[in-house]
Amino acid sequence: MVETSIGQPVKRREDLRFITGQGQYTDDINLRGQTYAYFVRSPYAHADVGHVDTSEAEKAPGVVAVLTGKQVKEEGIGGLPCGWMIHSKDGSEMKQPFHPLMAADKVNYAGEPIALVVAESFAEAKNAAELVIVDFHERDAVVDLASAQSANSIYEEVPGNTCYEWELGEKEATEQALAGAAHVTRYTLTNNRLIPNAMEPRAAIADYNPGTQDLTLYTTSQNPHLARLILTAFVQLAPEHKLRIIAPDVGGGFGSKIFVYSEETALAWASMKLGIPIKWTAERSESFLADAHGRDHLTEASLGIDEDGNFVALQVKTTANMGAYLSTFASSVPTYLYGTLLAGQYKTPNIYVEVDSVFTNTAPVDAYRGAGRPEATYVVERIVELAARELGMDPTELRRKNMIREFPYQTPVALEYDIGDYEASLDKALQLSDYDGFSARRQSSEANGKLRGIGFSCYIEACGLAPSQVAGALGAGVGLWESGEVRVNPTGSVTVLTGTHSHGQGHETTFAQLVASRLGISVDDVEVVHGDTSKLDFGLGTYGSRSLSVGGSALAKASDKIVAKGKRIAAHMLDSDVESIDFEDGSFTVRESNQTRTFQEVAFAAYVPHDYPHDELEPGLSEKAFYDPANFTFPAGTHICEVEIDPETGVVEIARFTAVDDFGNIINPMIVEGQVHGGIAQGIGQAMLEGCVYDHTGQLQTGSYMDYCMPRADDLPFFSVDVTCTPCTHNPVGAKGCGEAGAIGSPPAVINAITDAVGVRDISMPATPEKVWRAIQESSHV
Amino acid sequence: MSVTLNLSVNGKAVIETCPANTTLVDLLRERLSLTGTHVGCDTSQCGACTIHLNGRAVKSCTVLAAQCEGAEVTTIEGLGSADNLHPMQEAFRECHGLQCGFCTPGMIMSAVDLVNREETIDELTIREGLEGNICRCTGYHNIVLAVEHAAQKMRN
Repeated sequence: MVETSIGQPVKRREDLRFITGQGQYTDDINLRGQTYAYFVRSPYAHADVGHVDTSEAEKAPGVVAVLTGKQVKEEGIGGLPCGWMIHSKDGSEMKQPFHPLMAADKVNYAGEPIALVVAESFAEAKNAAELVIVDFHERDAVVDLASAQSANSIYEEVPGNTCYEWELGEKEATEQALAGAAHVTRYTLTNNRLIPNAMEPRAAIADYNPGTQDLTLYTTSQNPHLARLILTAFVQLAPEHKLRIIAPDVGGGFGSKIFVYSEETALAWASMKLGIPIKWTAERSESFLADAHGRDHLTEASLGIDEDGNFVALQVKTTANMGAYLSTFASSVPTYLYGTLLAGQYKTPNIYVEVDSVFTNTAPVDAYRGAGRPEATYVVERIVELAARELGMDPTELRRKNMIREFPYQTPVALEYDIGDYEASLDKALQLSDYDGFSARRQSSEANGKLRGIGFSCYIEACGLAPSQVAGALGAGVGLWESGEVRVNPTGSVTVLTGTHSHGQGHETTFAQLVASRLGISVDDVEVVHGDTSKLDFGLGTYGSRSLSVGGSALAKASDKIVAKGKRIAAHMLDSDVESIDFEDGSFTVRESNQTRTFQEVAFAAYVPHDYPHDELEPGLSEKAFYDPANFTFPAGTHICEVEIDPETGVVEIARFTAVDDFGNIINPMIVEGQVHGGIAQGIGQAMLEGCVYDHTGQLQTGSYMDYCMPRADDLPFFSVDVTCTPCTHNPVGAKGCGEAGAIGSPPAVINAITDAVGVRDISMPATPEKVWRAIQESSHV
Repeated sequence: MSVTLNLSVNGKAVIETCPANTTLVDLLRERLSLTGTHVGCDTSQCGACTIHLNGRAVKSCTVLAAQCEGAEVTTIEGLGSADNLHPMQEAFRECHGLQCGFCTPGMIMSAVDLVNREETIDELTIREGLEGNICRCTGYHNIVLAVEHAAQKMRN
């Protein structure tokens, strides 16, 4: 008997190759005859492109070809699509400016590709790129988000630079409830722009074989099939069956590797044109300039509260930055991934949200870990904290009073929460953080000349996107299901194939645990394959904390089919009928007998079918399943941050950080904790360290690790992490997803703690020592 | 201009002729196919390229190969093998000190040097000692635990 590994901290099988330097990331792969690409990028944020002179570059040593955006345009390739149609309040479709592979006539952000140099070495390509002479005519750049809608239009067809004006909820009812509220808390905030910064920069090798007319693209993708679909159906680069996309080991994504970008697409086009393999690996400076950025909202919110402390209405008006073009899923982030989450954990009966998405001359903005949900959580958990302070209530008690307790719960902003126990997470977090001891700790800090504060955040997120039919009705251009395949080998070992992609999440371990437990075999007998369109059924990839709840559910279904077929084979082998066969602990047994066949024996019989029910069953033991979720999943929890601040320097130390999350059922608690740690680090990064800055001409001021402050080991504390569990009611795994929670829950907890310590209403993110010091000077503490 | 170099990489004698401006990381990755050493930035900040040069951790993106004449270089591939892991490699796996794995080789090489170098290994020395290595996945929590764990083993 093999004991189930579900719920066990099984060590990750992917680790051995990573700790010994045997991982295979895209840049580690080299093909015979490979050439190298370097992109010529715009130094201007907004300019007309005149003549592009490539003659000197073409003569440079080692240069194979110089290809330009003008050639792309002449050949009619592209542009890059946005996969989610949003409609404005008036019913009109969002504006979608043409997004070229490389700019032909006009550049719209600093760093936009204009030409591509292909050479025999990387150094030769980079040197020759310097020799490409572009005739620019600079225009005024639209950079400031607040004034973008009244600035000159970047695109003639997009008046006021407005992509769409979207709304959700009941406007009149919300306004009336606010007008009648006993107390209204108002809050104006900026959700700071971030640059994702997966440690592996984007990279690709495009390999076109003119003999077979096959195009293979090795690339740093979170969703290789989706990339293939877009390159085929929208860019029309190659037919889907002649295009193979391989996403090997990928060094982090956090959303930024979901998207189909200009560079990889232009590289594939160039390889087809030249008939040779070409490699491109982004330098970090290019990642800063041209990876899709995240967040970047301006928001005004009002929370109405009755005389008993019940929330009666929430009204939110947000302006969201899209950057210069609509990236692959950009339009969905500040709408269906944001507005729908504004109920939070609370039974606020009236909610209305308006979002204007606008174009600016900055890099495109799209999903980054949490994608819309951190922005929503920041609005809700900051304004609730402010309300508690204004009302003189304990912030946990105001939250507790308004928490949803009955499920399923239909929010006024389109979601139906299936299950949760928000108080359980709050209570556990209060205990774990020793909330009762806080005032003593505060006194102790004050005695040492320090300021101490505590901040809360009770977040909810919607993950595991979610019935294809619903997503389609809301504008999604793709389905949102997942595929899974369980191939039992003749000796009884198992190969699992999944359409999700692992780039740090440990699916090779978690999915092996899941399938092994369902088949009653050892985890070591299961291999997980992902990331190659030629090996797998179509899949949607990894984002939105969907892999276990959607992809794992497909694998659970496929495993159950294996068991069902195995029972029929075993019934034949044991001369019984299928209804009498039980499957438990890896054995098929005739009920109430000792007649049994092991999983391995049944597998062997399926492949060596000498004595087999051929009239009823096909040989072999391999099953696949496609799983389309019935609903979103709703992970939720409480984060508590406690800070100590040196008033002389404004330096904030996180003294304690506590997170209690409800992710439903957990397969591997070690991996889940790791996901929470990483998410919290990114959330603390947003709250205290990270901020993307453009100057008024659209030049990126935070374009390297010397300017953009990444969280480092000495910026962070140990985290205190625990879970509660209400299993998801509508998927076979009972899982909700854990990848984004840390980044969603933590930023408001940090800012609530810092403002509590300083005694001010607000400090904008990132709350750098300078800002905190200034706030201290302006408050009553000094 | 080319230079011809004699050096030792992971205990093996290497003779290479390469352009004088070749960085050590390019020599390792492109010429010797030791791709365990990674490049994560272009400003010598991220530490993914950390290797040991004559026993000390250095960022190999910021060393010219030409400076390594006669040197002993150890990369992650030479630190330990799959069936004979260095205690630091083992500790990273035991403590779940890695996720995507991209920063891991550099992090491990830095951590080994840190433990060899510092008399006291505690949370503060580890956090400050790894300040030159950026990880985006783990929040460093389990990395710090892994280094504490490995330090005990390395010292026993």
